[in-house]
Amino acid sequence: MIITSFALVGLVFVPIGLASLSASEQVVEIVDRYDIDCIPEQFQNERLAYIQNSETNKTCTRNLIVPRKMNSPVYVYYQLDNFYQNHRRYVKSRSDKQLRSKAYEQVTDNCKPEDKANGLAIVPCGLIAWSLFNDTYKFSLDSKVLEVNKKNIAWKSDQDHKFGSDVYPKNFQSGALIGGAKLNASIPLSEQEDLIVWMRTAALPTFRKLYGKIEVDLELNDKITVVIQNNYNTYGFGGKKKLVLSTTTWIGGKNDFLGVAYLTVGGMCLFLAICFVLLYVFKPRTLGDPSYLSWNRNAAGHPS
Amino acid sequence: MVSLDLVKSLYAKFIDWDEEMYDHDTNTPSHAANTAISEDLGQVEYILTDKTGTLTENRMIFRRCCISGIFYGNESGDALKVDVELLNAVAKNVPDVLRFLTIMTICNTVTPIRSNSGAILYKAQSQDEDALVNAAARLHMVLISKNGNTLEVNFNGLVIQYEILDILEFTSDRKRMSVVVRDCQTEKILLLSKGADEVIFPCAYSGQQIRTFVDAVEQYAQLGLRTLCLGWRELKDDEYEEWSHMFKEASTALFDREWKLAEVCQRLEHDLEILGVTAIEDRLQDGVPETIETLRKAGINFWMLTGDKQNTAIQIALLCNFISSEPKGQLLFINGKTEDEVVRSLERVLLTMRITSSEPKDLAFVVDGWALEVILKQYREAFTELAILSRTAICCRVTPSQKAQLVELLKSCDYRTLAIGDGGNDVRMIQQADIGVGISGREGLQAARAADYSIGKFRFLKRLILVHGRYSYNRTAFLSQYSFYKSLVICFIQILFSLFSGVSGSSLFNSVSLMAYNVFYTSIPVLTSVLDKDLTEKTVMQHPQILFYCQAGRLLNPSTFAGWFGRSLYHALVVFFISVHAYAGEKCEMEELSMVALSGCIWLQAFVVTLEMNSFTILQHLAIWGNFVAFYVINCIVSTIPSAGMYTIMFRLGKQPSYWITMVLIVAVGMGPVLAIKYFRYTYRSSAINILQQAERSRGIIFSMGTLESQLKSVEKDVASLSITQPKNRNPVYEPLLSDSPTATRRSIGSSTFDFFQPAQSRLSTSYSRNCKNN
Repeated sequence: MIITSFALVGLVFVPIGLASLSASEQVVEIVDRYDIDCIPEQFQNERLAYIQNSETNKTCTRNLIVPRKMNSPVYVYYQLDNFYQNHRRYVKSRSDKQLRSKAYEQVTDNCKPEDKANGLAIVPCGLIAWSLFNDTYKFSLDSKVLEVNKKNIAWKSDQDHKFGSDVYPKNFQSGALIGGAKLNASIPLSEQEDLIVWMRTAALPTFRKLYGKIEVDLELNDKITVVIQNNYNTYGFGGKKKLVLSTTTWIGGKNDFLGVAYLTVGGMCLFLAICFVLLYVFKPRTLGDPSYLSWNRNAAGHPS
Repeated sequence: MVSLDLVKSLYAKFIDWDEEMYDHDTNTPSHAANTAISEDLGQVEYILTDKTGTLTENRMIFRRCCISGIFYGNESGDALKVDVELLNAVAKNVPDVLRFLTIMTICNTVTPIRSNSGAILYKAQSQDEDALVNAAARLHMVLISKNGNTLEVNFNGLVIQYEILDILEFTSDRKRMSVVVRDCQTEKILLLSKGADEVIFPCAYSGQQIRTFVDAVEQYAQLGLRTLCLGWRELKDDEYEEWSHMFKEASTALFDREWKLAEVCQRLEHDLEILGVTAIEDRLQDGVPETIETLRKAGINFWMLTGDKQNTAIQIALLCNFISSEPKGQLLFINGKTEDEVVRSLERVLLTMRITSSEPKDLAFVVDGWALEVILKQYREAFTELAILSRTAICCRVTPSQKAQLVELLKSCDYRTLAIGDGGNDVRMIQQADIGVGISGREGLQAARAADYSIGKFRFLKRLILVHGRYSYNRTAFLSQYSFYKSLVICFIQILFSLFSGVSGSSLFNSVSLMAYNVFYTSIPVLTSVLDKDLTEKTVMQHPQILFYCQAGRLLNPSTFAGWFGRSLYHALVVFFISVHAYAGEKCEMEELSMVALSGCIWLQAFVVTLEMNSFTILQHLAIWGNFVAFYVINCIVSTIPSAGMYTIMFRLGKQPSYWITMVLIVAVGMGPVLAIKYFRYTYRSSAINILQQAERSRGIIFSMGTLESQLKSVEKDVASLSITQPKNRNPVYEPLLSDSPTATRRSIGSSTFDFFQPAQSRLSTSYSRNCKNN
């Protein structure tokens, strides 16, 4: 029974593993780390000063080669490393009530230290909103602009129920310390999709967030030029910034883990099944023989 | 731990509901008054039992008698029914026989009650007296009425009146009672006495030949009968007057009245003419020998604590498999008239115990109340060692407080004790023991009320311990370790997560999910483990040795606990790292990852519980898989609430194939090694439980019950005793102490061993050899 179930699990797991692995292989992914390269030569030793200085030119141009044909939609992500969006103080520093409805504008209890500026409540308050990612990317292919669709990148449910359409940014980034992006005060929060995406905190210190979608196919060896506004300060805490272009399949983005794990587990199960069969063949054992019972063994005169 | 309490009260209910422990004779169900110690029942190592009413029915029947040297009832075993001689003697008005019957009828505190239909019923405090009066009535000596001091007896239609002058009451110190009556016809004053042989015989008038009576007592005791000696004497008027004066004074004394009364009584009870000996049978309860044999096989040691005579106690012990007869068993006596003698015999017994403890012999020691008192006072240590060495003991003539002291002694050696008794004199012992069991018998409910468990019959004890105790222990062992395990899994996941969140202490799971996980998702399936049976009741009864696993704490000890601890760590690692890797990058949203990890735990728990269950009922499947479905239903419902943190999460995840693939992966990685190890152990390193489980499963295919049993029996024949609790360093060569030799040889050897230990008891050897013959 056990042997067959091990064999069965093995036999089922190997194909699933192969399928997952091939799905993951089909995903075309371009990852480009730009946080260091986008700092001009003369500022390499004082990156922090460079990024904090509002006078410096933060524009940076990157060239990406498409390794395989990428079918639309091509998702554009930014990836941050070593960014603890799951830190307890950070996670709690938000006011869901305030985000949802204008009526709760003053509810900023959890938002300290970004709860009030100049005595007035900040909307949206809290560290999460305050640290909104503010790098921007402009793509062009053969000097033709590649449109990045930034609509529908946030969860529909968040737009409908978590972020109010009557809540407008107020007092945002008006304090002494400016964390990240500024928001257009004339657009309601439910339409601020970058913010909504950012406010879905990541559980791990390395995470990707959706920036937009390129809705044309990219051909093999296409040379894509990206103009980056390198504004976001990850230099203070040694974080990395990466730009990611990726397609998806049924399994999601590029992730070999499930496929490899399934193949390993399937293989192990088959191996165990074979071991047990061999054990059974070479060391057969009558099950349930009462003479094996310890008290009967002693009785028969064999010292145990 | 709420679930543990709930489960324990369920165990108690199972005992109350058990149909097989329902006493149909008296219509009393078993009852567990203490709900907290059911699992201790499975760990009992010593059972201390009362004799009368516990092992025996406490339904006395007059069987034999010896009147002035003539034995009645020897042939048939029942003096009343068939023995024509006795009836003839009664018909012929043999004076001794008549006087004997008169004492049987009068010398008691029985009250006759005439019912509406005219029949006479007797109300007696003592079952013995009841038996005697009833027996006399059947021999045409009928006690009709008792009005104040006058008493009427109908003998063959002739009404005889007596006036009761004084009653010299029975006390456990005096061990006898007497009445002084005036025969209204002859105006003679008579002293009628009955009591234990050792107190009546010394009162015989000098010159009376009491040899035959001593023999009779001996003979009856060897048959396990309770004996009483009857004697009488005619009092002269002036002697009585004088004594009566003293008696009245003593009975109104303010200080030491009891002692003074005894003193006065003693002055009258002398120069008796011994008339004869009555023998009353107290039948063993149904199934007592089987029960004791089974429980002894289960490695439980038995001590019998009784107020009865030594010989009677030994006989009862033999009858109910308490001790084995020669040559398998051997009795060692501790007694003596002086303290020195007691000590010497104790040392001798101890020495023998030490030497023979390595042999497969059934040793038992016998000690009486007086010796016990000396020993408990001064030689506790030696006796403690003896108690540890000996599996069986018979303590006779012990008082209630000595019973309690013995329980305490065993408890002080860290043994788990169970005391069982039925009467008021057992209450102290029952309360003192770890587990007290009361038999709701004829001596009232005193013991049953004081006890943790009350049962109707002694034989239910087998089921109480082997079935209820063992299952409760197994279930509690699983349940408590599982409770730790499932909580630890979540703990470890949280710790791992904190390593990934800058050790800031943020929680991967939201508080509602955490609470639901502990009190709901993981508690309900495991509650059904109260229905789990690792072995069927029948198998447990056939292989009581399996109880050893409970006694030795094999299922709940640091190493099994370490196993569960390791498993929780492993499962936490599996759940956490698979979730984190499968949901990395763009998918690592907090709520989603939290739900993935939580569902991973739920999936694993369902399989862990399923794997650990040994038997399945519909209820168990319903609880495990119903709970599993409920998890998804509940989370889907919560996912439809917009204000909830996990709004839409469950639907989102459900649509992703990778979610389901991840779940299956978690289960496979988590359960694979557990299953493989379990399978390997089950097949190649089987424990006794495993072997019996295998036998159960393959039964009907390979082994039929019959062959199994016969195999076991043939094996058991070779064994003298079980080596479970005995030291393992047995002689490599097994020498049977006595081969199948003729009875004559046995007798000589048997008596010689006894002579060595106990010259005075050499008579006993005959009884043993007779028993050997029976075997």
